[in-house]
Amino acid sequence: MTLDISRDHALELLRDMIRIRRLEEKSAELYAKQKIRGFLHLYIGEEAVGVGAMHALREDDNIVATYREHGHALVRGIPAGEIMAEMYGKANGCSGGRGGSMHLFSADRRFYGGHAIVGGGMPIAVGLALADKMKAEPRVTACFFGDGATDEGEFHESLNLAALWKLPVLFLCENNEYAMGTALYRHVSDRNIANNPPAYGVPADSVNGMDVVAVERAVHNESELVRETSQPRFLELKTYRFRAHSMYDAELYRSKEEVEEHKKQDPIDSFQERAMSDELITQTDIDAIEADAAEEIAAAVEFAEQGEWEPAEDITRHTYARDLS
Amino acid sequence: MTTYRDAVRTALQTLLREDPRVFFMGEDVGRYGGPYAVSKGLLEEFGEDRVRDTPLCESTFVGAGIGAALGGMRPIVEVMTVNFSLLALDQVVNNAAVMRHMSGGQFEVPIAVRMATGGGKQIAAQHSHSLENWYAHVPGIKVLAPATVQDAHDMLLAAVEDPDPVFVFEHQMLYGIEGPLDIDSTPPSPWKAAIRRDGADVSLIAYGGSVHKALTAAVELEKEGVSAEVVDLRSLRPLDRDTIIGSVSRTHRAVVIDEAWKTGSLASEISAILAEDAFYELDAPVARVCTLEVPIPYAKHLEEAAIPQVDRIVEAAKRTVGDG
Repeated sequence: MTLDISRDHALELLRDMIRIRRLEEKSAELYAKQKIRGFLHLYIGEEAVGVGAMHALREDDNIVATYREHGHALVRGIPAGEIMAEMYGKANGCSGGRGGSMHLFSADRRFYGGHAIVGGGMPIAVGLALADKMKAEPRVTACFFGDGATDEGEFHESLNLAALWKLPVLFLCENNEYAMGTALYRHVSDRNIANNPPAYGVPADSVNGMDVVAVERAVHNESELVRETSQPRFLELKTYRFRAHSMYDAELYRSKEEVEEHKKQDPIDSFQERAMSDELITQTDIDAIEADAAEEIAAAVEFAEQGEWEPAEDITRHTYARDLS
Repeated sequence: MTTYRDAVRTALQTLLREDPRVFFMGEDVGRYGGPYAVSKGLLEEFGEDRVRDTPLCESTFVGAGIGAALGGMRPIVEVMTVNFSLLALDQVVNNAAVMRHMSGGQFEVPIAVRMATGGGKQIAAQHSHSLENWYAHVPGIKVLAPATVQDAHDMLLAAVEDPDPVFVFEHQMLYGIEGPLDIDSTPPSPWKAAIRRDGADVSLIAYGGSVHKALTAAVELEKEGVSAEVVDLRSLRPLDRDTIIGSVSRTHRAVVIDEAWKTGSLASEISAILAEDAFYELDAPVARVCTLEVPIPYAKHLEEAAIPQVDRIVEAAKRTVGDG
């Protein structure tokens, strides 16, 4: 099956997946060097989901993401340097060094955060959509969450409320088969996650989350339906995390063979192969993208290295609009 | 004279009339008219879009209020009672309180959350909590406890106007009280404590429903020759340290009345403030009159025994002046 996209678009999609992969690899390296601390959750293996979705959504749409959100933030347009600086904890990071890896924010990009309480971002997405509906803004709120979040009460409550009040939320379930270290079959009674939302009147579909073109098409169709009907919809993106849950994870809950099996579906390799066999791109293009990505990431690291630490005297800033003391 | 309930309703009406960004949501606030009849008539006046009956999902409708505030609205969320608000604590503590700081000041959450609190109605252990101190513990949010009819009105206006998340605790025994309401006066800052009665011998420091018990105790004490000052904290976060310390610096004795359990209570916090910053002003140890460390029982005499009452306040005050 041919990809049925333009050469330019193929290059864009590939470029963004490679940018994420290289950013994440560099982050892992910097974590080992203790430049990045705390929790670090890598998106390697899942790039097609973030890239396909972000290309399908409009600039004016709202994004609510999880703690595994570097890729979403990058493709959404938060500069790599500001992401890296945030992971360093520097004042020139996109959250001023107060959020870190799990809490990237950008008002300019309508990026309402990396949320690190599983399921906790979902009611916020519902509320953003409620605000838009009340103001008659033709906006979609895209809410990313993992398969683990579907266990939470807030998942069920949010589907119910969004459907009851007809709110323009696109629920995007990044099913990577593990809630931290607990496999899907060990944490849900029905492994077909898309069976759930229709019980609340929310139409649901699933797509191969390792196929960037399929993701982009599905998110485009679903988001435009949400916009047209002002009603929530649900899309499951079936993907797989190639790296550990976080840098603390010894991965004792799954076999190397299982991971290797999934790596055969690597979203970047498989897209490159298809785009080359369709004669949309050449090895020279890939080399150029890799060179650009390397340069971008190197500049991002430099930006983070050069960044200032916020003075500790300013620690109470932004706790309230005005200092209470 | 106006009831506390009507004062809250008047504030809600004013807010809904004057600001198109304001909307009001919660369980049974619309068709039912509010569990305490606070919002009677609002659905009819403002319609389904701005007065919203929610499903029974405290976490998600409080979270949706946070999201709507992020999206530029000014939501007023009613959580029926503090007891049910426990289901929404994740959204309060992990989202509302931290959003501004965690985003480096990019996002703010101008939400106002109202809820009933306290005991006294024989509705037993799951419906009689006083957990204001759980909220007042958390930086990033503000906490108000209106004790008077005027404050019930003014503090809701202030909560909605404020750019930060504000939680307003209305003691369930106060909805029926009557008092003067002047909607044209310029209200005092909601973040300052008020001296409700001047006195010279002991400061009775209270908030919410306990303020009225403290005032009654002060009348009793006067009969026995003890002049008690009554401090109404009004704001539980931030706490008005200056007014608390100022009062105790005049009376040199303090009794703190708090319907929460004593352990880890706001009464403990105020006692600590006095120990830290007014130690040399004190002529007697600080006394606390709090709820006994038991779940609130159903039976009337047991509930009364659990919750602070006027006689316990009088007794504690007399002890501090060396007459108990």
